[in-house]
Amino acid sequence: MATKQIIHGIFGDEVPLSEACKKLRASGIRIADVFTPFPVHGIDPIVGLPRTRIAICAFIYGITGLALATLMMWYMMIHDWPNDIGGKPNWSYYFNIPAFIPISFEATVFCAAHGMSLTYLLRCMLVPGAHPKNPDPRTTDDKFMIYLELNDEQSKKADEILRSTGAEEVNYKGTITIEPKY
Amino acid sequence: MHAESNIREPLILGHKTYRNISDDIIAPIEGKANRTWYILFTISALAFMWGIGCLSYTIGVGIGAWGSNNGVDWAWDITNFVWWIGIGHAGTLISAVLLLFRQKWRMAINRSAEAMTIFAVLCAAIFVTLHTGRPWLDYMLFPLPNQFGSLWPNFNSPLLWDVFAVSTYATVSIVFWYIGLIPDFAMIRDRVIKPKMKKAYSLLSFGWGGSVRHWSRFEEVSLVLAGLSTPLVFSVHSIVSFDFATSVVPGWHTTIFPPYFVSGAVFSGFAMVLTLMLIVRKVYKLEAYLTVKHVEYMNIVIIVTGSIVGVAYLTELFMAWYSGVEWEQYAFLNRATGPMAWAYWIMMSCNVLSPQFFWFKKLRTSLAFTFVLSIVINIGMWFERFVIIVPTLCRTYLPSTWNTYSPSFIDVGIFVGTIGMFFTLFLLYSRTFPVIAQAELKSILKASGEEHKKAAEQAHH
Repeated sequence: MATKQIIHGIFGDEVPLSEACKKLRASGIRIADVFTPFPVHGIDPIVGLPRTRIAICAFIYGITGLALATLMMWYMMIHDWPNDIGGKPNWSYYFNIPAFIPISFEATVFCAAHGMSLTYLLRCMLVPGAHPKNPDPRTTDDKFMIYLELNDEQSKKADEILRSTGAEEVNYKGTITIEPKY
Repeated sequence: MHAESNIREPLILGHKTYRNISDDIIAPIEGKANRTWYILFTISALAFMWGIGCLSYTIGVGIGAWGSNNGVDWAWDITNFVWWIGIGHAGTLISAVLLLFRQKWRMAINRSAEAMTIFAVLCAAIFVTLHTGRPWLDYMLFPLPNQFGSLWPNFNSPLLWDVFAVSTYATVSIVFWYIGLIPDFAMIRDRVIKPKMKKAYSLLSFGWGGSVRHWSRFEEVSLVLAGLSTPLVFSVHSIVSFDFATSVVPGWHTTIFPPYFVSGAVFSGFAMVLTLMLIVRKVYKLEAYLTVKHVEYMNIVIIVTGSIVGVAYLTELFMAWYSGVEWEQYAFLNRATGPMAWAYWIMMSCNVLSPQFFWFKKLRTSLAFTFVLSIVINIGMWFERFVIIVPTLCRTYLPSTWNTYSPSFIDVGIFVGTIGMFFTLFLLYSRTFPVIAQAELKSILKASGEEHKKAAEQAHH
C-alpha cells in the first residue's frame, strides 16, 4: 500500500502554468491532470499527453455509414423491388450509382459525426447528471490548476516548483491510498 | 501563446480579464429581463400562436386551405422552406468553414449563429412536413419496413435526398452546437448561486471539468466536426436545388442551381445573423466582443456572396438566350416582364444592387445602415425563391394550364407563425444560454484583445 498526497497548484494565468508543468516534468514528477477554463494551446506535449485517436474513430464510423447506406439502397432499389422508371430499370447498382451518391454521402457524414460525438462524450464520461469533474469550481472561470498525486518526497519538490513558478495557491487536499496491483 | 500581427484589429475591446468575460456572458442569464425583451417576446409568441392556429387549420381541412392550385402546386410552402433552410446555412458556415480557415472573429458569433441555424431548420421542417398534405403519413418518407409490399421510398428522387440531407444537417448541427456548449454550461454551473439554476446547468453541462485530456479531445472533435459539416452544408443546399434542377420545368432545369443556391443561402444567412447580432450586442451590452470590425467582416462576406448571386442571375438570363430553347427564353422573359415582374425587380434590387453599397467603408461600418440592409437582403432572398417557384409554375408548357396565384390568409399565417417561432426560440435562448462561446473567446484574449495587443506593441518598440 502506498499513500499519496493530493496537491492543487492554482495559477491565475496560463503562461506560468505551462512553465510549472515543464519544470515538474523535468524533475520527473508525473502530472495527474490539468484543469483550465479554455483549451491552452501547446500544453498537451508539455503534460505528456499522446495525441487523441478520436479522428480515427470518426473515419471508421464514416466508412460504416457508407457501407450501411450502400447495402440499404442496393437491397431496396436493386434487389427487393427494382423499379422501372421511364424505361430505365434498376437492374444493377453500378448503373444507378449517380443517383445514390447524395444519400451515400449524407449517411457517411451522419454516422461519422454522431458516432464520433458519442464516443467523445462516453470516453470523457460526459453524461447528463455526471458529477462535475473539476475539483475546484474556479477552474471553469479564470483559474488554472495542476492536479498532482505524489508521495512525501516528491510533494516537497513539487511544492517548491509550484511556488517558484508563480502559483497563487498550493492547496493540500488530503491523501489517497493506492492499493498495490497484484 | 500565439502572436498576432498589429495590423489586425483587436477582436476584444477594452480592458478585459478572463473573469470579465465570464461576468459579461453570465449577466443576461443571472439578471432579469428588461421591458424590451418582454415586449419582443410577447409579439413573437403571439405571432407563433397565430401560426399554430393556421397550421392546425391546415392539418384539419388539408392544403386546399392554401393559395396553391392545380398548376402552381408549389408556392409559399416551398418558398418558405428554401428561405429558412438557406438562412440556417450561415451558422454552419461561420462555425465550420471559418474554423477550418482559422478565422478568429468567428468566436464571438458562432454560438448565436448556430442557434439561429437550428431554429431556422426547425421552421423549414414545418413547411416540408406540412406540404405533403397528410403529415401523419410522413413516416413513409423514411425507409421503414412496411405492409405494402414492401414499398420502399425511391432513392433516385431528389425529394428523398432532401429528406436525408435536411435530417442529417439538423441533427449534426445540434450535436456540433451542443458539444461546444458543454464547457460554457459548466462555467455557468460553477458560477450561479441560485440552487435551481445550479441544478439545471449541472444537468446540461454533463459533468464537464476542463481536464487537459478532455480539452484535447474537444478540439479534435470540433475540428473533425467542422471538416464534416463543411461539405455537409454545401451538399444540403445543393440537394435542395436538385429538387428544382432535376425537373424538366423551364427555368428550373439548369446546372447553375447548386452553386447559385449555396451562395444565396450564405448571403441571406449572414444577413439574418447581422439582424440578430446587432440587437443582441445592444440589448446584452456585448459591444466589446461583437465589434464594428466583426460587422465589417460579415458585410464583406455579404458583398462576395451577393455578387455571386448577381452573376448567377445574369448567367441564367444569358444561358436562356444562348441555349436557343424557346421555353427557357420565355420562362425568363415572363419572370422579368410578366404579371409578376414586380417580384422579379424587388429581388434584383434587394439582392444585386443593395449589397453593392457595402463597397463603401463608411456604409459597411455603419451599424444602422447594416441593420436596415440586412432586413432588405432577407426580403430580397425570400422573393428570389418566390420568383423561381411561382411565376415559373404559372406559365409552363401548355397555355391551357396557365394560371395565376395569390396566397391565402392561412399561407400568410403559417409564414408569420414561423417567424414568431424563430424569434420566440431565439429570445428564450438568449436569456438561458451563453450567447458567446466564452471558452473559445478566452483563448484568444491574449492574442487579439485590445489591451494585450497594445502592450505587445509597446514592448516591441
